[in-house]
Amino acid sequence: MNAKPEQKPDDRPVAATVPTSWRRPGRRGIGQRWIRLKSLLMWALCLGFTAMILAVLALVVGYLVSIGGDALSWEFFTRLPSGEPDDPGGMKQALIGTGILIALASLVGLPVGMAAGVYLSEYSSDSALAGPVRFVCDLLAGVPSIVVGILGYELLVVPLGHYNGWAGAMALAFIMVPIVARTTEEMLVLVPRSYREASIALGATKARTILRVVVPSATGSIVTGIMLAIARVAGETAPLLFTALGSRLLTLDPNQPFPSLTVQIFNYATGPYPRQKQLAWAGILVLVGLIFVLNLTIRFFSRSARPAGS
Amino acid sequence: MVTTQPRNRDSIRESREHSAASPAVPPAARGTAPLRAADGARTTPASPPPSMPPTAMARAESSAAATDVGDQPFVHPELAAEQAVLSIEDFQLFYGKRQALFDISMKVPQGKVTALIGPSGCGKSTLLRSVNRLNDLIDHVRIEGNIRFGPERVYGRNVDVIELRQRMGMVFQKSNPFPMSIYENVVYALRIAGEKRRRVLDEVCEKSLRGAALWEEVKDRLHTGALGMSGGQQQRLCIARAIAAEPEVLLMDEPCSALDPIATGKVEELIHQLRGQYTVLIVTHNMQQAARVSDYTAFMYLGRLIEYGPTATLFATPERRQTEDYITGRFG
Repeated sequence: MNAKPEQKPDDRPVAATVPTSWRRPGRRGIGQRWIRLKSLLMWALCLGFTAMILAVLALVVGYLVSIGGDALSWEFFTRLPSGEPDDPGGMKQALIGTGILIALASLVGLPVGMAAGVYLSEYSSDSALAGPVRFVCDLLAGVPSIVVGILGYELLVVPLGHYNGWAGAMALAFIMVPIVARTTEEMLVLVPRSYREASIALGATKARTILRVVVPSATGSIVTGIMLAIARVAGETAPLLFTALGSRLLTLDPNQPFPSLTVQIFNYATGPYPRQKQLAWAGILVLVGLIFVLNLTIRFFSRSARPAGS
Repeated sequence: MVTTQPRNRDSIRESREHSAASPAVPPAARGTAPLRAADGARTTPASPPPSMPPTAMARAESSAAATDVGDQPFVHPELAAEQAVLSIEDFQLFYGKRQALFDISMKVPQGKVTALIGPSGCGKSTLLRSVNRLNDLIDHVRIEGNIRFGPERVYGRNVDVIELRQRMGMVFQKSNPFPMSIYENVVYALRIAGEKRRRVLDEVCEKSLRGAALWEEVKDRLHTGALGMSGGQQQRLCIARAIAAEPEVLLMDEPCSALDPIATGKVEELIHQLRGQYTVLIVTHNMQQAARVSDYTAFMYLGRLIEYGPTATLFATPERRQTEDYITGRFG
């Protein structure tokens, strides 16, 4: 026993019953070291790539802040574009315009998307429609946004004869619907079956079960999906170029060409004037900031309201 | 480890064989005996006292030779005297092509606790869920035969399933409180029925929570979320919710299988208190629990009803070989 100093006293009864060939101290040591090395390697690899992502993020944000930060002033939020190359003013109308466009798009896109999601999750088990709907949703979610822009142009700009805010909002709504539908479906499917059964067993109708039990159980994660959809459309430019066009004037009338942050950024960034280019950078900084805040809100929601089953 | 384990297994098998073969140890006297002794006095005075193993053994052995799966189920004559609230009549159920229930016929007596026992997959939960037509929610389920609830046919042509379900309460294996306040959970069934008077709702809420032995624990936080409660409390909340609409039948699908022993004890105590007021049909995996809480026990095996009788009798002197094998722990 003295020859095996690494053996603890309470190991002994077990050790006595085990074939000793693979328990030789030497071999075991090498095996242990190799296993630890592999584990360390894996850790280092993961850490390295994480650091790379963080570095890219830091690069983007740092670049943005260093260039756009100078142009970002109170005036950015309070003034309209002046049209003068040396004193370009601000983007007040674009900020408000983007807000209104998103609100209008949500007003149309969220109910449609959520209803489709509820249908897919709750009503479609026997229906031949479910498969195609799901497939089309996935397809639409992957359609390049410029296609949506041209569709909006053909359907809502050409017939009306001029660019307008409605067309922009509808184009954004069109982008939101498949995202919201699929997230809603996925989150509702996660709600345990027994919740539905409990409600049905108490004599509730299917509609009541869905509205009072199933959807509320998944509220937190559905809100997360909605926020993601909003963040996605907040940054869309192509569909708006063809539909809302953009405007230098502050307008609340969606029948007019409608301003938006992304189109304003696009116009300034592609223009010839350095001061306007700088303002475009400030606009990008604000946009990134908005999406950052939105993401924080998502995190807050998904943390405070987990699906009820977990 | 490697060398000791087989030896252990051998010794276990040996001791099992030994005790199974030994005529001195009556099969029913193992495991469930003390519980049954405690329960026998409380439930059915007509049941044979537990201290008569030789006869029990003799009966079990004599019947074992004659019976096998496929024979008619044994239904104790005592059940004929009971007033049935639910009658299951030649009930068959298919999941797609697979048949899950075969020719089940049994009457569930009013005001009594009836337990369904049997090994996993024997169809006891399926049978329970057929009573309030929860199986309708599952695709490709087909049934034959019928279930009578009072004078009504549960699977009748013009039956109002919603109304039917309102007359039955159900408690599930996993507690499933809705994502709303404790109060709203309890009065959910009343809200469905359209009750709006605050006073009535308050009254029912308190009464149901008291009925579920939960009132004292939650009366100060009725309007907080139900998901913040402990597992045992959640399950008792589900019971409160199920009895709030004063159902005629309470269906319980393994209500204690996810609970710790203390919470289980509370729920079982509750079932004792509900006896008489409600007709309870309870599925349980746990034979001791069936012995503790039920008046009648039905043993199911492979989708068939094998034996159905007073709990004490069934555990002491099972008529069928499969019943005996199951309650003595030879399989399941």
